[in-house]
Amino acid sequence: MPRKRFDLTFPPNQATKPITYHLVKDYDLTPNILRAQIQPGQEGRMLLEITGPKESFDAGVAFLEQEGITVQPAATDIKLDEDACVLCGLCTAVCRPGALTMSAETGALLFDKDKCVYCEACVVACPRRAITLSF
Amino acid sequence: MAKTWEEINARIASGEAVVMTAEEFGVLAADEGLKAAAKKVDVVTTGTFGPMCSSGVVLNFGHSDPPIRMGEITINDVEAYGGLAAVDTYLGVTQPSRTKGIEYGGAHVIEDLIRGKAVRLRAQSAGTDCYPRTEIDTWVTLDDLNQAYFFNPRNAYQNYAVAVNTSDRVIHTYLGTLLPHLGNATYCSAGALSPLLNDPTYRTIGVGSRIFVAGAAGYVAWEGTQHNPNQTRDENGVPVAPAGTLAVIADLKAASSEFYSAATFTGYGASAFVGIGVPIPVLDEEIAATLALTDADITATVIDYGVARRSRPALGRVTYAQLRSGEIEIEGKKVQTGPISSIAKARRIAAELKTWITEHKFELVQPLQLLPQPGSQGVKPLDIHTEEAN
Ligand code: SF4
Ligand code: SF4
Repeated sequence: MPRKRFDLTFPPNQATKPITYHLVKDYDLTPNILRAQIQPGQEGRMLLEITGPKESFDAGVAFLEQEGITVQPAATDIKLDEDACVLCGLCTAVCRPGALTMSAETGALLFDKDKCVYCEACVVACPRRAITLSF
Repeated sequence: MAKTWEEINARIASGEAVVMTAEEFGVLAADEGLKAAAKKVDVVTTGTFGPMCSSGVVLNFGHSDPPIRMGEITINDVEAYGGLAAVDTYLGVTQPSRTKGIEYGGAHVIEDLIRGKAVRLRAQSAGTDCYPRTEIDTWVTLDDLNQAYFFNPRNAYQNYAVAVNTSDRVIHTYLGTLLPHLGNATYCSAGALSPLLNDPTYRTIGVGSRIFVAGAAGYVAWEGTQHNPNQTRDENGVPVAPAGTLAVIADLKAASSEFYSAATFTGYGASAFVGIGVPIPVLDEEIAATLALTDADITATVIDYGVARRSRPALGRVTYAQLRSGEIEIEGKKVQTGPISSIAKARRIAAELKTWITEHKFELVQPLQLLPQPGSQGVKPLDIHTEEAN
């Protein structure tokens, strides 16, 4: 069964319908919210992982778009500009899932892709702007 | 078995000097004992590569025809100081761009200059009889400038705080993003490799010491701002919180982008990573003892930046070895740690300085004047008065 991650952007004052409920009930999809930031009166964002039969995918996405939500494929990797990186390690301080760590012996930056939830915390924290999310 | 500066320099000149990095010296002292290590080694090199906000460059542009007395000056839209002589300026690393804000600051202009890029110089003036021009708009490179040198009022802080946040919101600081409820801890020192932690009472590092600054050979110019030799010290005489600092000077034209990097701390501002390395002569066993200290012996104080006051609460002390393990314990809670000062670059700097001494015969300079010593001065606060004091 296909599984995909989507980056949803909600316009202000739009998040009224329980979208995950509808994805389950009407489209037979299994949504999993990885991260969400939704506040009344402000633009909201959600990182949503959807699992389900291939036929339902497009219909489910169309439903979300109909609700005024912008749906984009979510990042699936982070890219490090090694020339810009100074190996300071500040990104490791904000990576809660422990995907980015520093080797205590060598001081090298280590990335464990399986642990990354693409939260962008490292992107914002990096003083060299050396990290970008990629698709 | 004490050695003199002259003896050590003679050994450097003849290519016989034994030079080690502070990390290598720590290992040797553990293996062979302090006495043997002190006898064998002549010079120990140190290094640090962290954000140093109190940094900047003095530039002289040369005179245009007709000449201008530059008043309001920008370089790539970043304001530089216009209160010096006609075509002199000082550009500080934290100055934000007028158009790009903190994403491009004085630090980034300096990095562009080091990388050989042309930068746009614009200046205005009221015009005078001897300097009639009122406006200039041109492009310059580092090569075009008469003089370009770092004058950094405060570098190489001797130890630093470990930053945490007990408040219930995320805060952005010069020590990075601090997550609420002790969500993380950041620290900023090269620990056992840090220059001033290896000579904690400033016996060998003083005004006139020849050092490594951003890849160039430079000098300690003066005590750094906020130099505080009176900071609390541990049983080895090593400060447990920010203490001594150095003001340094070095030729920008000889600097390297490998050892100088502009930085932007989100929600805080622009700054620059500056590589500093100091060679320390192994004069006697007393200095050897502090040179041999490792990350397990040196501690830093955990400070709560969630309290936005001058005097922030301290939450205990941890060693650099604990900090480097990626996790420390504060008030019974496991807290993930992340560094800000690059240990990989600090090692590169100590190794590079070692090469300078062994291969290029970089000799040591004995301080012309010592830095203010422990017991001599602390740091004064700025009090807010409502009327002029008499
Ligand atoms: S995107 Fe988030 S989880 Fe992934 S490496 Fe960066 S901080 Fe860690
Ligand atoms: S914060 Fe940026 S520069 Fe520092 S180690 Fe991480 S990627 Fe490299």
